[in-house]
Amino acid sequence: MSDFWSRFSRNRGAILGLVLLAAVIIVALVAPLLFPKGPWQMVQRPFLTPFATEGLPLGTDTLGRDVAAGLAYGARVSLLVGLVSTLVALAIGVPLGAVAGYYGGWVDEAAMRFTEFFQTIPNFALAIVLVAILEPTLTSITLAIAIVSWPPVARLVRAEVLSLSKREFVDAAQLAGLSNRRILLGQILPNAMSPIIVMASLMVATAILLESSLAFLGLGDPNIMSWGYMIGAARTVIRSAWWLSFFPGLAIVITVLALNLIGEGLNDAMNPHLNRKGRA
Amino acid sequence: MSDTVLRIDKLTLDLPSGADRAHAVHDLSFTLARGEVLCVVGESGSGKSMTASALMGLLPGAVKIGGGRAIFGGRDVLALPEAERRALRGAKIGMIFQEPMTALNPLMRIGDQISEVFEAHGLLTPAERRARALALIEEVGLPDPEKIIRAYPFQLSGGQRQRAMIAMALALEPEILIADEPTTALDVTTQAQILDLIAEIRQRHGMAVMFITHDFGVVAEIADRVIVMRHGEMVETGPASEVLAAPQHDYTRRLLDAIPSNAVPRPERVTAAPALEIRNLRKTYRTGGGWGRAAREVRAIDDVSLTIARGEVLGLVGESGSGKSTLGRAVVRLVDPDGGQILVGGDDMAALDADALRRARRRVQMVFQDPYASLNPRARILRSISEGPVAQGVPKRDAEARARELLEVVGLGADAADRYPHEFSGGQRQRIGIARALAMDPDLIIADEAVSALDVSIQAQVLDLLRDLRARLGLSLLFITHDLRVAAQLCDRIAVMQKGRLVEIGPVDEVFLHPRDPYTRSLLDAVPGASWADGGSPARAEAI
Amino acid sequence: MAIATTVLGRLIKAAITLLAIVVLNFLLIHAAPGDPAAVMAGEAGAADEIFIAQLRERFGLDQPLYVQLWNYVGNIIQFDLGYSYRQGAPVFDLIMERLPATLLLTLTAFGISLLFGVAMGVAASARVGRAGDSVITGIALLFYATPLYWAALMAVLVFSVWLGWLPGFGYETVGGGFTGLSRALDILKHLILPATTLGLFFMAVYTRMTRASMLEVAQMDFVKTARAKGLPDRVIRRRHILRNALLPVVTLAGLQAGQLVGGAVLTETVFAWPGIGRLMFESLQARDYNTLLGVFLISAAMVILFNIVTDLVYRLIDPRIGATR
Repeated sequence: MSDFWSRFSRNRGAILGLVLLAAVIIVALVAPLLFPKGPWQMVQRPFLTPFATEGLPLGTDTLGRDVAAGLAYGARVSLLVGLVSTLVALAIGVPLGAVAGYYGGWVDEAAMRFTEFFQTIPNFALAIVLVAILEPTLTSITLAIAIVSWPPVARLVRAEVLSLSKREFVDAAQLAGLSNRRILLGQILPNAMSPIIVMASLMVATAILLESSLAFLGLGDPNIMSWGYMIGAARTVIRSAWWLSFFPGLAIVITVLALNLIGEGLNDAMNPHLNRKGRA
Repeated sequence: MSDTVLRIDKLTLDLPSGADRAHAVHDLSFTLARGEVLCVVGESGSGKSMTASALMGLLPGAVKIGGGRAIFGGRDVLALPEAERRALRGAKIGMIFQEPMTALNPLMRIGDQISEVFEAHGLLTPAERRARALALIEEVGLPDPEKIIRAYPFQLSGGQRQRAMIAMALALEPEILIADEPTTALDVTTQAQILDLIAEIRQRHGMAVMFITHDFGVVAEIADRVIVMRHGEMVETGPASEVLAAPQHDYTRRLLDAIPSNAVPRPERVTAAPALEIRNLRKTYRTGGGWGRAAREVRAIDDVSLTIARGEVLGLVGESGSGKSTLGRAVVRLVDPDGGQILVGGDDMAALDADALRRARRRVQMVFQDPYASLNPRARILRSISEGPVAQGVPKRDAEARARELLEVVGLGADAADRYPHEFSGGQRQRIGIARALAMDPDLIIADEAVSALDVSIQAQVLDLLRDLRARLGLSLLFITHDLRVAAQLCDRIAVMQKGRLVEIGPVDEVFLHPRDPYTRSLLDAVPGASWADGGSPARAEAI
Repeated sequence: MAIATTVLGRLIKAAITLLAIVVLNFLLIHAAPGDPAAVMAGEAGAADEIFIAQLRERFGLDQPLYVQLWNYVGNIIQFDLGYSYRQGAPVFDLIMERLPATLLLTLTAFGISLLFGVAMGVAASARVGRAGDSVITGIALLFYATPLYWAALMAVLVFSVWLGWLPGFGYETVGGGFTGLSRALDILKHLILPATTLGLFFMAVYTRMTRASMLEVAQMDFVKTARAKGLPDRVIRRRHILRNALLPVVTLAGLQAGQLVGGAVLTETVFAWPGIGRLMFESLQARDYNTLLGVFLISAAMVILFNIVTDLVYRLIDPRIGATR
């Protein structure tokens, strides 16, 4: 374990990612303290430029709302949706992939057809359709993202379980008389954890991008201030007030970048390129 | 044997800091004469491959030349600029590698890959290259040259691919051919053919051959002179016949002793009740098919019947594709047979349903081939060994105590139980595998190529352990292997399989000294350096 | 004729998948809150009683579910995707009108992303561990993390509003009256920004994948063999490493190409590109679900078609696929 941390901490990108993500999380957590009136409150004249007015470091938007407050509250939404949708996607994809990879046969066929079907449909288009028809709420958005995101997880888990199942220690477990369920849960899945964790961190990033894209198109929860919404709302005034589109976008880039760096760091730390047991 | 074609003078190769020793190769000196076959022998990590790579200028980036010279054609190749070294590669010094499966570009046709050698040195027109490629393909004994020249690597067998590699190495008639374990990954009969081919070519072209191997049998078969390497240093050298008959250095002696000798001991005739009885076992694999295309059928097990008496060791030998592994897996029902019976202690394992099978599992256990894949990397040894008995109903504390006991029995010590697999070497992991199998208190243990992945000296240790356990515990063992020499040392009876059928079975001395089936005979002949002798007299000296 | 049977097999599978999507659409309409007829009529049409009555009749909304499904599927097979009240035209016609523009956009974006992605990946692998590698990988990471629509907006801001180099709006200069070659050039100018921003994300994916693949293939045995033959590094890189390294990249590209269609919605919205993505956005705003679902169906069909093409291309590149000994 300590091995893993030392490898992780040597990766400068990963550390940077960790720092950035920590910053975003902190901002999200203290948002109600910093901006007790919430992001929807109109605090000043609209279109104030950044750094121009005291107490409004990022200016105000088309309706005179504090941009900084919007960013802070937006962080809460992005992180929340990103995390929850990823967990749901994992809850669907991991069992499906594991069962398909281990049992094979018609279970595998059925699971694969099902997964392939979802992978053929253009992800984003499906998300749009789902949210549009089911009315945009935080729940429907999270669900739609999860539904669109689980196929790659299922594929990955299936591939890992399949390759692990061929290893001889699984044969040995069967010879020991262990039940299939115990072998799958106790022997195989724990060995498949590393790639799943790496994928999960990348999925959170993708989920955040998806959520913001939906909000940009006007499919966000109308009661929630999110980064995508801010960019969408500022689209028409981009010539005159470009900073209203710029800062929320920058926030997204930073968060997604941080998650990607962490994901890569995890990947490198978990698979140090071991020297194969070779002959000299 | 006239002029010296290559002289290595105090070669030293430095490893990067953090490696388990400072030098890959240290102060190595030897010569290679025109037309002679020099075998460089050593176990893994001895530095033999690194030496070859250094000569070709193909060292991995982290390894640097620390000193010494390699004089070829009057010049020190190690000191030459890269452009000149490239001119030598393929043209003056050719090399072939170990893994024919991966040593050829999968997306290029064979003919193109051979023609490339000419292209690399700017020789001949494309039409001439093709003609030469065709001639080379014929010379190395590949059938149907017109077809081969257009074929892709995946369409050839392992032996054919190796021949193609030899064709590429020969193309420009190099003065030296370096062969880095070229036959290790091949079947014994194919191996014999390739060795013959190399000998023939050496004769025809007057090439010097530097043959790297870990197998002294190969040395006995083709070498003129031998170098034995260990931990990067040369330990002994001399004419092959001398070194084999009267080794000077301790290590050489140990290596030669570790080889299962060619002497076939008289077995004990075991007549106890059967521990395992297989009757008419069948397993057929069907691939492809559908939409009007005929499926391909492979009879992996074709009506096989045999018995193993209590306390007996039966060796099951055959080449890859013979079905021996499938048979082993069928007995433990890791593979479900299509028909026939498997009687263990009177019960037919083949007919049990899932629940009954789980309970009956303890009766037959297995030790696997790959020491690196046979243990759960995330479980401590204690858990890996005691898990089985616990699942069968043994109280946890008893199972754990027994586990520690067994670790002592296999020579690892009880505190190995608290460690993880990655802390152990290959040989040690195999011992753990044996302890795990013993923990279930089985009636029969199947060893599926259990020593094939180990170095020769480690192999000897594990075989000793198995012999010891058999004597002490009266183990019944089904020993599956492709290596006849190993089988000769451990087994009471031998069964030979070919393409799913059992072609011969009998006491070990009869099968080895008076084989009845022609396939068995060809198998025995193909074993490099072997000339089987009755009783205990060493037959090695007559090997050449 | 192994190829023919494969294509046939794929087409059959495609038909089944499309059918499944149609059923999905049907279920979604009925899952939406409210009266299915109102849902399909859209925001504008919901006000028109006659239109709703017509819809009810057409879909037989007073009949049992499976009959409705049958009618729905039957209509779709005859290319009748419904009528858009808002736009005043059959959905199918609307889509077909705008499909070419989207195809132009997505195919160009695909080409750009693959070309530049692979080039960057190869360059990075050639400089592995050095500054060049870090720079390229860093840029790729940045592209990967940038939301598509934001990149589009910033591109418009910088290249169109501030620098004035390229147009940031539409397909061609309205009222410009260009024809022939000059029209093509005009369209090209309008195409650059949208296609590049649409391709950014995938460019990053291909860069990273190519880099990893090149590094992995360089370790393989046959590369050692090639060097042992005395081939120069350049030739080894091109003929042995690149060819083999590109295989997984091409597979991935084929699989992902379909996803570009989804991204087109965002790009077309920002750049006011007259394609089906824009149509999707407009129908979203007007709550014109009929059109929305129609666009969805056609997008999926495009993806499936693209997958089949990729499959065939892949068979041509890799001789190991589908071959029998």
